[in-house]
Amino acid sequence: MSKPKVAFYWCASCGGCEEAVVDLAEGVLQVVDAVDICFWPCALDFKKSDVEAMADGEITACFINGAIRSSEQLEMAELVRRKSKVLVAFGSCAQQGGIPGLANLFDLKGVMETAYETTASTVNPDKTRPKTSHREGNHELTLPELWDTVHAVSQRIDVDYFIPGCPPTPKLLADAVNALLEGKLPPKGSILSPNMALCEQCPRKDSKPSDLAIKEFKRPHAHMIDPEKCLLAQGFLCMGPATRGGCESLCINGNMPCTGCFGPTDQVRDQGAKALSAIASAVGSNDEGEIENILKGIVDPVGTFYRYGLATSMLHRKKMPAKGA
Amino acid sequence: MRGNGDVRIGVYVCHCGSNIAATVDVEAVTRYAEELPNVALAREYKYMCSDPGQELIRKDIDENKLNRVIVAACSPLLHEHTFRHATEAAGLNAYYFQMVNIREHCSWVHDDRERATTKAKDLIRAATMRIVHHEALEPRKVAIRPEVLVVGGGVAGIQAALTLAAAGKHVYLVEKDATIGGHMAKFDKTFPTLDCSMCILAPKMTAVKASKNITLWTCSDVTRVEGYVGNFKVTVRRRPRYVIEDLCVGCSRCIDECLFKEGKFPDEWNLGLSKRKPVYIPFPQAVPPVALIDPAACIQLKTVKCKMTFVEACGERKAIDFDQKAEEKVIEVGAIIVATGFRAYDPTPLNRYGYGRLKDVYTALEVERLLNASGPTGGNLVRRSDNAKPKSVAILHCVGSRDENAHIYCSRVCCMYSLKLAHLIKEKTGAEVFNCYIDIRAFGKGYEEFYRRLMSEGVQFIRGKGAEVTDVAEELRERGKLVVSVEDTLLSRIRRIPVDMVVLAQALEAGADAAEVRRMFNISCSADGFFLEKHPKLAPVNTVADGVFLAGCCQGAKDIPDTVAQAGAAAGEALALIDAQFMMMEPNTASVTEDLCSGCRTCLPLCPYQAITRDEQKNKAVINEVLCKGCGTCVASCPSAAISQKLFTDAQIFSEIQGVMMHE
Repeated sequence: MSKPKVAFYWCASCGGCEEAVVDLAEGVLQVVDAVDICFWPCALDFKKSDVEAMADGEITACFINGAIRSSEQLEMAELVRRKSKVLVAFGSCAQQGGIPGLANLFDLKGVMETAYETTASTVNPDKTRPKTSHREGNHELTLPELWDTVHAVSQRIDVDYFIPGCPPTPKLLADAVNALLEGKLPPKGSILSPNMALCEQCPRKDSKPSDLAIKEFKRPHAHMIDPEKCLLAQGFLCMGPATRGGCESLCINGNMPCTGCFGPTDQVRDQGAKALSAIASAVGSNDEGEIENILKGIVDPVGTFYRYGLATSMLHRKKMPAKGA
Repeated sequence: MRGNGDVRIGVYVCHCGSNIAATVDVEAVTRYAEELPNVALAREYKYMCSDPGQELIRKDIDENKLNRVIVAACSPLLHEHTFRHATEAAGLNAYYFQMVNIREHCSWVHDDRERATTKAKDLIRAATMRIVHHEALEPRKVAIRPEVLVVGGGVAGIQAALTLAAAGKHVYLVEKDATIGGHMAKFDKTFPTLDCSMCILAPKMTAVKASKNITLWTCSDVTRVEGYVGNFKVTVRRRPRYVIEDLCVGCSRCIDECLFKEGKFPDEWNLGLSKRKPVYIPFPQAVPPVALIDPAACIQLKTVKCKMTFVEACGERKAIDFDQKAEEKVIEVGAIIVATGFRAYDPTPLNRYGYGRLKDVYTALEVERLLNASGPTGGNLVRRSDNAKPKSVAILHCVGSRDENAHIYCSRVCCMYSLKLAHLIKEKTGAEVFNCYIDIRAFGKGYEEFYRRLMSEGVQFIRGKGAEVTDVAEELRERGKLVVSVEDTLLSRIRRIPVDMVVLAQALEAGADAAEVRRMFNISCSADGFFLEKHPKLAPVNTVADGVFLAGCCQGAKDIPDTVAQAGAAAGEALALIDAQFMMMEPNTASVTEDLCSGCRTCLPLCPYQAITRDEQKNKAVINEVLCKGCGTCVASCPSAAISQKLFTDAQIFSEIQGVMMHE
């Protein structure tokens, strides 16, 4: 019997998720032993036509990382979906929109303006912008269309499983592959990481006081961080209480606060709102002026509470101007 | 759509006479509701709250096998109970009922019929989506503690405490000063009957002291209020008075033998118009009749260098105790009456009246003390500047009241106390008295008659608000006098009235610590700073906090008769509550799903009822359902959504919101 076919594809992402696959290290060899990697554009030379040539459902499992924000990404996502029995949204961007999802605070025009005109390092006196098509002699060159709105994979195509993380840990990937090989997959739609917030497994949990009574929000770059004590107790905004665990507390062990990349637990509809609610309740003042001052310490609320989850949150995106306006 | 699956909803749309029907197209709403998923039937009726209206529900549950009931009518505050009862009467669990408020939320607040109708449809649709997720629940029966806390020992607090004590209830009366009596104990006479204020108050004060059912704590502050209606846990801080209350008999020997032969420190009771010693009794009728020592003045407490003659004077009683420390008492009570009173407005900021700058300008309260036989001058009204009796006195009304620069409201008592002071001043000194007033508000029983009496006594009334008080003379007759400028609006001319003394009829305002008290008892303040009653007409002594009642001037300026009446009402409400011994509580408690709790502790400090603890072994939050009052704070805060609340589950709330938002 031939080995099960596994594919990896990437959409709007930084490449970190691909690294996570490579980070399996020797483990990757076991995977390669057990499966036949049939499509992995980042690492191996395959063409779109190779996939098109496969029968529908021929791929046992495809792992997609990255969000979907262009016509090409959607086209490819739809293609691999058709060809795969199981489709896994791999990593924060695929699962929740991720960092690229923060582009939903703007529209395409604003994004383009920033990228091609207004950043400090941009030199573009002719204001050249990428176009979807260009004629050069008799040849028409085309580029995919970039959209106003960034979507998580499941917002555009049917997804069977989610593996969270920016990037996911190699362990989660290995576990998923093993479960796949052993046919021990949970119900469709499951997030393949424990349904419990990070605090539960946090090595510093015993140092968290009952009442945080936060008087100042500190930013990690500006202060020394005690490597033993609960980060929230030190005034560093840690998303641990509102973030699904399963990450092996990597950031905490690296003496950095959790930024929330694993997204919410199953029963939470909006991680940012929940985190905001929890953190706001921990502010240690009853005086309106003082509260306002303390909250000024959170310099980028959306980027803090919705860093990975804006696209799939109830907010989804900034309101677009009405058509024709 | 009729009877989709297991859920069969009956929707009843009430006309409320024309209250709803005039602005909402009830028929259209009913027809719309009929077609909604899971709705088995929809009816309209003129008065759903009437017996036949309720009978409709009972009958339909029986005959049409409804298992969910929605009534779109008025506020659930008014009739949720009625309809839950009707639902239950037909054998369905009461919590399969949901109320939609299309009166206060639609017809009463909108005038566009079409849009009000659409909104009513939206709200009903939301309810039909919510009610699918309802579950059968049972109300909780909770015991009520029989004790009552009364905060503030003025006449309001005294009256409330005595009423409750007379009914055999135990009362904790907490007063911040060294004696009870409040403002009333400072007054000389009371209007309009001219009863001696202390003569009518002292028996009540003594009765407090004598009552076995009243625990009186003076020099005490409430510092913490926990729990909820029926089961409050209150922390009271008793400040040291350095005299042991049980041992002191109020003989005053220590005061006589104090190292200070004369009073040297401003006497708070006389508003600083006289001096007292470091050891003192506020006034002769003080309750408790116990001396106290001012730690900021006492040599022994400050430097340990007193010759201790006054301690010797106490002798074998050994009532003086320099080691006394503040003490915290924790009590449990079923109800609380807040009677923290008012603060007399300080007219210093109204610079034009010269208070604090011109010696012979007084506040009304100061004049009360000057007229009082136990006051600083033994009842002789003499001027600060030269100890002489004034031959002419002007009383300026509305100082701080009815004034955009101070308080916009009328303080309700100033007209009458000004008339009383005018009478007393005239009686004691024979001085000519001028009242400068905007309007005379003599609205109470016997008040107008008193006003007429004053006019017949020859007191001068000038209709106009005092504009200025100055000591700068413009003509000979003004030399050495205080001159009041006032526009006499009846004569339409500016008058300058030279007088020897000016009395400012100061406003009553909310207590200095009203904001703090409000927070502690979880009640609200109105814009004027006074505590807000639950309903100005129908719940005048209740507050938004169940089990917390208001009495006296802390709720708004009022005179003694109104204060005493209100205190009686508050005591009655408290009595009705605690006498029931038990109450039924909404089954809207929160609970922790252990498998989802990460032990992050976010919820722990937030519970206003101390219902959440942490299981150290399991590292999980645990909610004590008996203590939970269903406020939802922990539910909202839980970052794992591991806490859910009955009647307000995420599924119920989200589907309701979704229902509202599904606008066609």
